[in-house]
Amino acid sequence: MSRIGVVTFPGSLDDHDAQRAVRLAGHQPVALWHAHESLQDVDAVILPGGFSYGDYLRCGAIARFSPIMTEVIAAADQGLPVLGICNGFQVLCESHLLPGALIRNDVRTFVCRDQRLRVESVDTVWTCAFDAGQEITIVLKNGEGGFVADPDTIARLEGENRVVFRYLDDNPNGSLNDIAGITNARGNVVGLMPHPEHNMEELTSPSLDGRTFFASLDRYLSALVG
Amino acid sequence: MARVIVDVMPKPEILDPQGKAVTGALRRLGFEGLTVRQGKRFEVDVEGDLTDERLDQVREAAEKLLANTVIEAFDVRVEQ
Repeated sequence: MSRIGVVTFPGSLDDHDAQRAVRLAGHQPVALWHAHESLQDVDAVILPGGFSYGDYLRCGAIARFSPIMTEVIAAADQGLPVLGICNGFQVLCESHLLPGALIRNDVRTFVCRDQRLRVESVDTVWTCAFDAGQEITIVLKNGEGGFVADPDTIARLEGENRVVFRYLDDNPNGSLNDIAGITNARGNVVGLMPHPEHNMEELTSPSLDGRTFFASLDRYLSALVG
Repeated sequence: MARVIVDVMPKPEILDPQGKAVTGALRRLGFEGLTVRQGKRFEVDVEGDLTDERLDQVREAAEKLLANTVIEAFDVRVEQ
């Protein structure tokens, strides 16, 4: 059983859902508080969805400077697996652990739906148990999910196979190149706007594709031990 | 106490959905030919003398926190 930290910022909404998903995946969730300065030796960290610090200034901008993020950034640079979901993705971009930024949806409305995605890269800690090109369905719910970056950054992400998920069917928010999620050069940090922690159980979700994120992490962590 | 203004605007190439919404509302109200881009204005009151060093600190603060230079440009000026 691995210990997976879930950070709670003031305004986080899906931290308990993420903890529950960790439990359903057979791991031990470890609650991490934004004001603390220790990661408690966890094996991975999830930055959950929500509206940290009320989305004041910019989504994720203030959370990025919380004490726990100093630890997360240092650990991520050392290879610790980090998954940023929705607001967590925004925090990762503000932290410069991932390139680019998330801006308000081009449709100017909050979008909430079951979103089809294609898994574009399985060369990450969080997607290695998917098949390349696999089509999955994950809950999407955000108001500021439009991924943007300068043309050189987009070309680099595409060229280095660092676009991890792409929206299928309608692009829900104006993201460049239909990008739904990306990874860092090392593949240990992944951010995406959709919410895999909501796709863990048949009762409440049309797919169980969220489980494969944790199966991927399992595969990676057990390879580390082996 | 000196006041420094930091204006933050989305870069020209970045889509500005808020500005587009305001532009559309103005048109519906009968204001023709007005195109809006929406940004933020920060009023920073600086304690003590406003030296070049202090002004540089405000610029550093703007770059580090007030603006996200991936998508926004900022301008720092002293209010007269």
